[in-house]
Amino acid sequence: MSNTAEPLILNNPTFATLSSDVSQLTEKKTPLPWYILFSMAVSLALLLFGMLGYLIFEGVGVWGVNNPVGWGFAIVNFVFWVGIGHAGTLISAILFLLRQKWRTSINRFAEAMTLFAVICALIFPAVHVGRIWVVYWMIPYPNQMGLWQNFRSPLEWDIFAVSTYFLVSLMFWFVGLMPDLATLRDRAKSLKRKKLFGFLSLGWRGGNKQWKHYEMAYLLLAGLSTPLVLSVHSVVSTDFATSNLPGWHTTIFPPYFVAGAVFSGLAMVTTLAIIVRKVFKIEHIITIGHLEKMAKVMMATSMMVGYSYGMEMFIAWYGGNIYERFAFVNRAFGPYAWAYWTMVSCNVLTPQLFWFKKLRTSVPVLFIATIFINIGMWFERFVIVVSSLSRDFLPSSWAYYKPTWVDILTFVGSLGLFFSLFLLFVRFLPIVAMSEVKGTLSQADPHNYEKNKH
Amino acid sequence: MFKETAHIFGALAEFDNPHDLLLAAEKVRDAGYKSFDCHSPFPIHGMDEAMGLKRSPLGWIVGFCALSGAGVAVLLQWWTGAVAYPLVIAGKPLFSYQAYVPIGFGLAVLFGAVSAFIGMLTLNKLPQPWHPVFFSERFEKMSTDGFFISIESNDAKFAAAETLEFLHSIGGDHVELLQEA
Repeated sequence: MSNTAEPLILNNPTFATLSSDVSQLTEKKTPLPWYILFSMAVSLALLLFGMLGYLIFEGVGVWGVNNPVGWGFAIVNFVFWVGIGHAGTLISAILFLLRQKWRTSINRFAEAMTLFAVICALIFPAVHVGRIWVVYWMIPYPNQMGLWQNFRSPLEWDIFAVSTYFLVSLMFWFVGLMPDLATLRDRAKSLKRKKLFGFLSLGWRGGNKQWKHYEMAYLLLAGLSTPLVLSVHSVVSTDFATSNLPGWHTTIFPPYFVAGAVFSGLAMVTTLAIIVRKVFKIEHIITIGHLEKMAKVMMATSMMVGYSYGMEMFIAWYGGNIYERFAFVNRAFGPYAWAYWTMVSCNVLTPQLFWFKKLRTSVPVLFIATIFINIGMWFERFVIVVSSLSRDFLPSSWAYYKPTWVDILTFVGSLGLFFSLFLLFVRFLPIVAMSEVKGTLSQADPHNYEKNKH
Repeated sequence: MFKETAHIFGALAEFDNPHDLLLAAEKVRDAGYKSFDCHSPFPIHGMDEAMGLKRSPLGWIVGFCALSGAGVAVLLQWWTGAVAYPLVIAGKPLFSYQAYVPIGFGLAVLFGAVSAFIGMLTLNKLPQPWHPVFFSERFEKMSTDGFFISIESNDAKFAAAETLEFLHSIGGDHVELLQEA
């Protein structure tokens, strides 16, 4: 990226205006709409905890799972939420290694989104085990029973993949926050606030002797997170792909899941970015150019996902396995055809709008399209999980799966938890990586001062 | 100019922009100071050379920890699955190294990331909420748009009056001593 291209940040910011534009969002009085949104989100989050309490008290019978559909909403939601997280890591790690400077405007809240999405994701596999009070049996520790986990099972791989993902994302996010927390500390008016952010920033003083190790740590964390983007959802996909079930037992699953994860996550980042830039009036920092770039990545990943849908169908026919072929005909034309075609139209057709510059630079179009993609990607997981299970080898064991009100309210509640955490984040922490954005401004490069003198 | 009684921790000077800070850093380095630092709101390209700093050793630490993470994962899976609790599942060998890859990779990344995080903090001696530079009122600008050089009094070359004079001579503004207010 050269400095001669159109500027990443509009309105000719100085270092100082940039700091105040971002920091003042956390410093001024809490705006009324925030209270309204937060109380709505918290009510839904409380609903989630209520539903989880009810589930633990009564048992998994309150869910719609049956035989043969033993994996219902819980696993659909788990895969959906983990997938959402992937865009944050893509933006923070892969785009960093590719030196895409435009990422600096959006990486902070994309990373926050990753953390909150993974928190929501972790709830579902934890509660779907039935006896949640012994959920810690999934973690290897010396115990009086002399038992150990089966490490040849992808379900055990998942524990390690997802918890590693959470911890690595958390550390990456915090390292990025440190210089910005120092900015909040230095701007603080009250002693209480100064102490709080002084504590949180760990006493950051921006010395180059610190930056030296800091930049190396950031680079290493980006390098370590990059394969995580590819590996976490690949491991999640092996939960399905290592089984013998037609519709799950396919080698395309790992890359297909990764593309879908990045696609769904970018849609969520864009939805959130559109709301955040509007509500907080930071359209000059998260510009239409940023949204356009994300639309382009969404279009690319949408086509990978669309290719996977097509290739699954093709292999089901070309592979010659009658159970496999049936599973895919059933998926498109069976009792869950409504879900399948919702998925195809949301995920494959909607992003085609982004071919047109006028549409991909229109905020309303982007907002509506990304909502459709979010819905479509939830349905993708629903189609994979439910339609494959509901009709397997023996017609005598077929059954139609319907979620109960508990299933639906638990999912809605998880959205509430996600938005509660996100609202707390946008209220109390810097939503744009100030120090990183400053580093991309032309006045941050010492060479640009030499040119001016000639 | 300064109280004789208070302990002097060092000297601080402010510069206008990254370019001036970089040139000043070279002069401080050439003057023979060792215990000095250049504070800026973002890392400045070329500053490591200007200050004469060596490359961070963090990469070696992280590489070692990542490899040991993979080693721990293989040992854990082998010992639990083949020694402590041997259980034949789907006719697979007890030592199924192929199945160890995902967790081996996962723990390599986890150990690597934890060592990058903790290693960075340790090398930077953080958390350290107290530091002489915070005696300066002006230093609050650092994290917004301030560019500072601090020279600490434990430097062999440090002498309050001469160091202040030197910081003036290389173009520093608001030159001050770091001491308890």
